[in-house]
Amino acid sequence: MKLDIRMPMGLMFVIVGLILVVYGALTNSNTEMYTRSLGTNINLGWGLVLFFIGVTMVVLARRAMRTEKK
Amino acid sequence: MKIELHAVDYVILCVYFLFVLGIGLALKRYMKTGEDFFMSGRSIPAWVCGLAFISANLGAQEVIGMAASGAKYGIMTSHFYWVGAIPAMVFLAIFMMPFYYGSRARSVPEYLKLRFDEKTRGFNAISFAVMTVFSSGISMYALAKLFELLLGWNFHFSIFVSGVIVLAYIFLGGLTSAIYNEVLQFFLIVLGFLPLVMLGLRDVGGWHELILKLNAVSASKGLAPGAMTHSWAYTGSPTANPMGVEWFGVVFGLGFVLSFGYWCTDFLVVQRAMAANSMSAARRTPLIAAVPKMLFPALVILPGLIAISMHYQTKGMFLPVENGQPNYNMAMPAMLGHYYPAGMLGLGLTALMASFMSGMAGNVTAFNTVWTYDIYQSYIRPGQPDKHYLAVGHVTTVVGILLSVACAYAATKFNNILDFLQLVFAFVNAPLFATFLLGMFWRRSTGHGAFFGLLFGTLAAAIHHGLTIPAGSAVGIHGGWLCGSSGGDTTFMLLLWAAFLAIFGLGIVHVGRGEGAGNDDLRIRLGKAALYFSPVIALWTVIIKWFPIEPRTYPSDMAQNFWTAIYAWTACFVATILISLVTTRVRTDEQLKGLVYALTPKIKDHDIPWYKQPATLGLIVLAAAVVLNFLFW
Repeated sequence: MKLDIRMPMGLMFVIVGLILVVYGALTNSNTEMYTRSLGTNINLGWGLVLFFIGVTMVVLARRAMRTEKK
Repeated sequence: MKIELHAVDYVILCVYFLFVLGIGLALKRYMKTGEDFFMSGRSIPAWVCGLAFISANLGAQEVIGMAASGAKYGIMTSHFYWVGAIPAMVFLAIFMMPFYYGSRARSVPEYLKLRFDEKTRGFNAISFAVMTVFSSGISMYALAKLFELLLGWNFHFSIFVSGVIVLAYIFLGGLTSAIYNEVLQFFLIVLGFLPLVMLGLRDVGGWHELILKLNAVSASKGLAPGAMTHSWAYTGSPTANPMGVEWFGVVFGLGFVLSFGYWCTDFLVVQRAMAANSMSAARRTPLIAAVPKMLFPALVILPGLIAISMHYQTKGMFLPVENGQPNYNMAMPAMLGHYYPAGMLGLGLTALMASFMSGMAGNVTAFNTVWTYDIYQSYIRPGQPDKHYLAVGHVTTVVGILLSVACAYAATKFNNILDFLQLVFAFVNAPLFATFLLGMFWRRSTGHGAFFGLLFGTLAAAIHHGLTIPAGSAVGIHGGWLCGSSGGDTTFMLLLWAAFLAIFGLGIVHVGRGEGAGNDDLRIRLGKAALYFSPVIALWTVIIKWFPIEPRTYPSDMAQNFWTAIYAWTACFVATILISLVTTRVRTDEQLKGLVYALTPKIKDHDIPWYKQPATLGLIVLAAAVVLNFLFW
């Protein structure tokens, strides 16, 4: 495979995760907004999850590229 | 029902669009030959193919439709997964992939040509090409309609944006681009909907609370309390369960005919496995796909269950109500709007958008290959250099998208026409699996047998549909049009068909004779068949005008569908065998090598580790599906 799909996919989830984390942090005091999600700041929490999933994908892709070069 | 989007939601949607186009751009330089563009150069690893394989099927109609079915029918909806999909995927992986991948075929219709003959391929290629364009158009229409209703987006704007983006990334990166975006969409759907299920489940008070509430919903429909929370227990009689089907229809109609017909012969999904980088990877593709497929009910059916129990608990405030009935199709959008704040809402809608677009892209790439290889290269301009067909592929992408747009607009004007076409394709597809089964496992089956078997199967489906009707439906698109009773006058339509067949038959016989074709020519035979058939229809129309018969009623359209499929399959199976026995076999054993089971050397799997052996993986997947069926019995 010439382009590892995990690379662009991982990058996208890193960016989307960061957007959610920042947005979640900024709106953390807005309790009214988070009554929908039953009082949890879902943006902050799930943004972190997406961020780490994205990082994992990028790391895996880079490792695969390195072994392929060798 | 309206959902308001904030700036952050639009930002997330835009990030997704940028990456989709970026992937297309990055792949552009690898698209050098026709094989790169149409078949990804057969270079994709198994796990990528596997995820694309289910993603291609996980269009938005599936996401929205399964949540709707979950809300309407309860846990029985899981039959579409644990009975419908899994066994067929295992069968495809173990028994059919060796022929698809191992033969020189580049598409499913091309396999039919190698195995049978030109006319069987032509029939399949043309019906498939038309079907893909319509499915892609319906996807577009559904997306634009939903976003108009939900977000207030302009209908034309949605069509334009989705069309342009899908066009751009397929044009640039061909099948690889479509496959990569399907993988991206897979993760988006999982990661976008998982928190929704968790929040919903917490809100209803956990799984046990959900079951209790569903029991109440079920009782309010006049069924036994457990009818919506068990998949098999109430299938002894069609009137005891919300779906209105009995176990035989589920097992044979859905589990055997419909699902094997779809998963094993539909080029849209099979193309994903054919792009794999080795035979072993191609065979593992459906098995890798089966694992997440088995777990999808938790992601797409469960939200429907939660939505209906919340609807019941809030006394009809959760879902929009139309004519006193909750609008089940809004189950998924209602869940998104109810539980997601700005931010996550952007992610959820991006996932929905992605599934609409990959549904379109999947159809367009399949259309590209079938049009270019099976229609253009075979009938219009054969023998051109590879570059020529690559260019045709690019043009076809544009044409395919334009046709989809046209279909999307046709759907706004003639809703019934699309229903009608889907019905016709259901008739064409249901018998197809019989043709493949006999083609792959019985060397004696002939081209004439396959082709006329398919025609008979299609005809049987149409006749069954015309003589039956789901309870409470009007005569017409739902059935009953061959009965001449129960309201609805179909005389005019039937006479129109008779006239059409007569003119069509006369026409092709005339053209064929003009070109000096003998009685053996297929055109002459088909033309004569149509000619003889037309007075039969006319006579039948007149008879039922005076002596109307009562159509047989099924408890639900689902039950009618399953039985239509069963009749179509059986008719095709029997007709193919009979016609094959009275016609001479043209293909020799040597020609059928690699195409028929008994004439193909068995693949030896002993030297690969057990977790890569298709048979072992298949057994594990099947065992897991059985366990799931028992858990929710």
